[in-house]
Amino acid sequence: MSGAKVWALHLAVLVALFAAQYLLPPYHATNLARVLVLALFAMGYNLAFGYTGLLSLGHALFFAGGMFAAGLPAYHFGFSAGPALILSLLGGGVLAGAVGLFALRTAGVSFMIVTLMFAQAGYLTLIYFNAWTGGDQGFAVPASGRSLFGFALSSDGPRFAVAWGLFALGFLVCLALVRSRFGRVMVAMRENEERSRLLGYNPFVVKLIVLVISGLYAGLAGGAWALLFGYAGASFATIQYSILPMLYVLLGGAGTVAGPVLGAALMFWLIELASGLTSAWLFLVGAALVVLVLFAPKGILGWVREKVWRGLP
Amino acid sequence: MSLLEARGLTRHFGGLRAVDGVDFDLRPGEVQGLIGPNGAGKTTFVSLLSGRIPVQSGTIHLAGEDITRLPAQARVRKGLAYTFQITSIFPGLTVFDNVALAVQGGRAQIGSWRGGGAALEAAVAAALGQVGMADLAGQGAGALSYGHQRLLEVAMGLALQPKVLILDEPTQGLAAGEIAGFMALVRGLVPAVSVLLIEHNMEVVMGVADRITVLNFGRVLARGTPAQISADPAVQEAYLGA
Repeated sequence: MSGAKVWALHLAVLVALFAAQYLLPPYHATNLARVLVLALFAMGYNLAFGYTGLLSLGHALFFAGGMFAAGLPAYHFGFSAGPALILSLLGGGVLAGAVGLFALRTAGVSFMIVTLMFAQAGYLTLIYFNAWTGGDQGFAVPASGRSLFGFALSSDGPRFAVAWGLFALGFLVCLALVRSRFGRVMVAMRENEERSRLLGYNPFVVKLIVLVISGLYAGLAGGAWALLFGYAGASFATIQYSILPMLYVLLGGAGTVAGPVLGAALMFWLIELASGLTSAWLFLVGAALVVLVLFAPKGILGWVREKVWRGLP
Repeated sequence: MSLLEARGLTRHFGGLRAVDGVDFDLRPGEVQGLIGPNGAGKTTFVSLLSGRIPVQSGTIHLAGEDITRLPAQARVRKGLAYTFQITSIFPGLTVFDNVALAVQGGRAQIGSWRGGGAALEAAVAAALGQVGMADLAGQGAGALSYGHQRLLEVAMGLALQPKVLILDEPTQGLAAGEIAGFMALVRGLVPAVSVLLIEHNMEVVMGVADRITVLNFGRVLARGTPAQISADPAVQEAYLGA
């Protein structure tokens, strides 16, 4: 399967997403910016879960870690958005590396539980230091922190541009990574870890690297969320934010490059639509997930890969 | 001088002496057979050699270097390859990717960071060609016939470019016609690669091995040429004739 075709298709997705801001009404263009940031988070989750088989329940910690690594310096010390975003990247990556050193001694269900416990500890830490973090209430990021190269991220154009730019960066890095030599090893870990050991790979090291990359994505997404939408709070460290990226990935197609953004968009607008129709919107979302699991257990793009185009990365 | 050398290798499981003080030498360029009744400790012994199970006491040297404490993946990179008794491939990947993983992970570490490259493709094609599967590279490995999956396992072992290749019951489940081809393949590997062949099929082991080691109750019962082994009364009693 030709590399040029794959790259052309994924670049076309990026162009279409950029054009969408002009085609959608302003309200939905802002929502698309939210979706792109959530999709960035989900792409990181997908690298760990979809490609490498690491089912983590602790990614909310990396997302919130990035959010506060960007938000706290902006709030307390007047950092602007550029340095804050870099800190969010580091925050997510360092936390994922630290958690991985312990959690990757386990596998399967134990790994899920250990990552969940770390995320819960992170949430309680944010609550405990409420003098700094605002605890349950969180805090609004001041305008000084929401400025990048002189552009105010609170206005629609720059906000969308930054959300799209970060997403595009993550999207292309993800595509290059999964098509690389290392990407092949990631899938080998998911498919048969013991065999990959006997082909010369150290599973602990491979999985730790993937978890750190995944944490970089989650951290950057968390930081972008705080700066683009102006709010950081401990609620982003709750289990809900570990489950959401998993749902996006499962819906769009685990182990596909474009699956997370497709899943994030569908889920976002499904919730939007359902909550407009009924107060029991969670029921509709649940029903949609049941249908998915019954008829396309590998997600939408997973189904496409199975039935239409085997070479879809 | 031996390429792979074990001295006093021991592994007990509770009261069971699975491997009990085994001395072993694999010479450069030979095919050595490892046989023994069921439960003799053959698979445990090669698991100790490959590093899948930690050694309790004793030492292992590969080309003069002590590898007793090295993890399995490091031994692979030093040139000690192991193919699984129970077929253990990546069923969700293509045949090409299965072999490419071995090529880029093994001793030579061939391939660019982008995951392709002419050198990698050539090495994959060479390994598949050796087992006669060159035209199946694009297939999903899970869709292969059982015989082809066994051969893919061997191709992955070869693609690691090992000094020593341990084949754990490679002909198990192969059809008679496939076995003849397989014996020719193993003979064709030496002297570039030294082979340790664990095998239940006596015809195969007598046909391809230069020397044979017989294990029984975790100890070496006999060693020698195929002719010496089939004439050995102790072996006959324990294994062949009894």
